[in-house]
Parts: sequence; structure tokens; C-alpha cells
Amino acid sequence: MINPQSVVLFSLALFCIGIYGVLVRRNLLFILISIEIMLNAVAVLFIAAGSYHDHVDGQLMYLFILTLAASEVAVGLGLIIQMYRRSLSLDVDQLSHLHD
Amino acid sequence: MINLLFYLAATVALMAAILTVTRHNAVHALLYLIVTMLAISLIFFLFGAPFAAALQIIVYAGAIMVLFVFVTMMLHQGELSTRQEAQLYRPSQSLGAIVLSLILLLEVVYLLSVPERWLSSQQMTPISAKQIGITLYSSYILLVEIAALLLLTALIGAFHIARRHQEGAS
Repeated sequence: MINPQSVVLFSLALFCIGIYGVLVRRNLLFILISIEIMLNAVAVLFIAAGSYHDHVDGQLMYLFILTLAASEVAVGLGLIIQMYRRSLSLDVDQLSHLHD
Repeated sequence: MINLLFYLAATVALMAAILTVTRHNAVHALLYLIVTMLAISLIFFLFGAPFAAALQIIVYAGAIMVLFVFVTMMLHQGELSTRQEAQLYRPSQSLGAIVLSLILLLEVVYLLSVPERWLSSQQMTPISAKQIGITLYSSYILLVEIAALLLLTALIGAFHIARRHQEGAS
């Protein structure tokens, strides 16, 4: 029997690593990778809750998180390709010139 | 024993995630991210969710990571961009983010240390793919349709955004 507190702590630590990546990195690709880590942290929590309550719903929510992650990655990578074509760099600070 | 396995997998996942967000080379970061996905898949297995564990490897470590690696190779992330990224990312400038994350972490650690039995301590039984399928296509049929719509929207959106625009089109 795995201690529920340690599962929540693990998921929280993974989520905080993802937040750190989103806040610190200025490369758009690394921001997308960090968002993936955050989605995985939430998925761990869903699966753990579903198995502690002996219920199917946790794994169903995992399926929908997977769908969401696939869509998000497809659109995000499209945006990355388009940004690289326009500015030959993935620095998000350069996006502040969008209003020109 | 299952506790030891869980702690080992969790440690591996956390270390790999930390290494993922601190690498300068994008391909190294993606390989560390795959390690994270595999450790998380092991954790799913320990929780009695073999279907989710298989999906984690097939979809995340397989399909999504291949997409990432293809785009990374398209973008010529070679020696020059590694040096450029080393200039962009300095750990000393990330102190604020570390402090913010630590405050959040300490808050929830304090909340969890309050002695209250808030989850029942029953044994974990595996949930089979058959149960998931029956529930998915009976009471969650609307969510399946919404997911299909979401995937279609993402397909059209990704195609439109990543398309190369013609020169005299506008």
C-alpha cells in the first residue's frame, strides 16, 4: 500500500518542476516540454485517486488528458515551426515585437 | 516492497524532470523527458492501472516524443543554438522562480502534515481495460464526442498554422 501523501507530494513536485521550466526558460520548445511535465503530474494524481477509491473515472480522465496533450502538442509545434520561419530563433522575448 | 518500487520510480522521475528543464541541448532534454514518462508509466502500473501504463508508453513516449524530436531536428538545434541558449538561460536569474515554487511546495507540505485521515487505506485492485471501455462508451459518450471534436480542431489548426504561406497570397 503506497502512502497517499507521498503520491500527492510526488505529483506536486513534478508540477512545480514544470512551473519552474515555464517561468525560467525562454526557448519556446522548452516551455512546451515543461507544460508536458505539468500535464503528466496531473495525470499521476488522477490515476492515484482513481485507484485509491477503486473507481474507473481516474483512468477515464487520464484518457482525456492524453487527448488534450496530443492536441496541444500538435498546435504548439505548429506555432514553433511558424515562429522559427519568421525570426530564425525561438526566444519568446522576441514575441514582444508582435504589435508592430 | 511496492513502497520501495514507488519511491525509486518517483525519484527517477523527479531527477529526470529536473534535468529536462535545465538542459541546454533540446535533444538531451527530450531524452530525459522520455525517462520521466517511463518512470511515470511504472508508477501507473504500481497503482493497478496497466491500461494507462501501456497508453503512457505508446502515446507519450512513442507518438508525442517522436513529434517533438522531428520538430527539433527540423529547427537545426545544433552547436550554435546550444551556445545561444546557454546565454539565454542563467540559473542565477531564476532565483525568483525557485522561491515561488518553494513557497507553494512548503504550503502544501504543511497542509498535508496536518494529522487527518483523508483517504481510505484499502488495497489497490487492478482496473482492466474492459471496465474502462464499458464506462467510456456508456456514461461518458458525450466526452468521447467532445474529444473527437478537439482532435479534429487540433488537426485543422496545426495544419493551418504550420503551413508555408504563399508569397503573393495576401
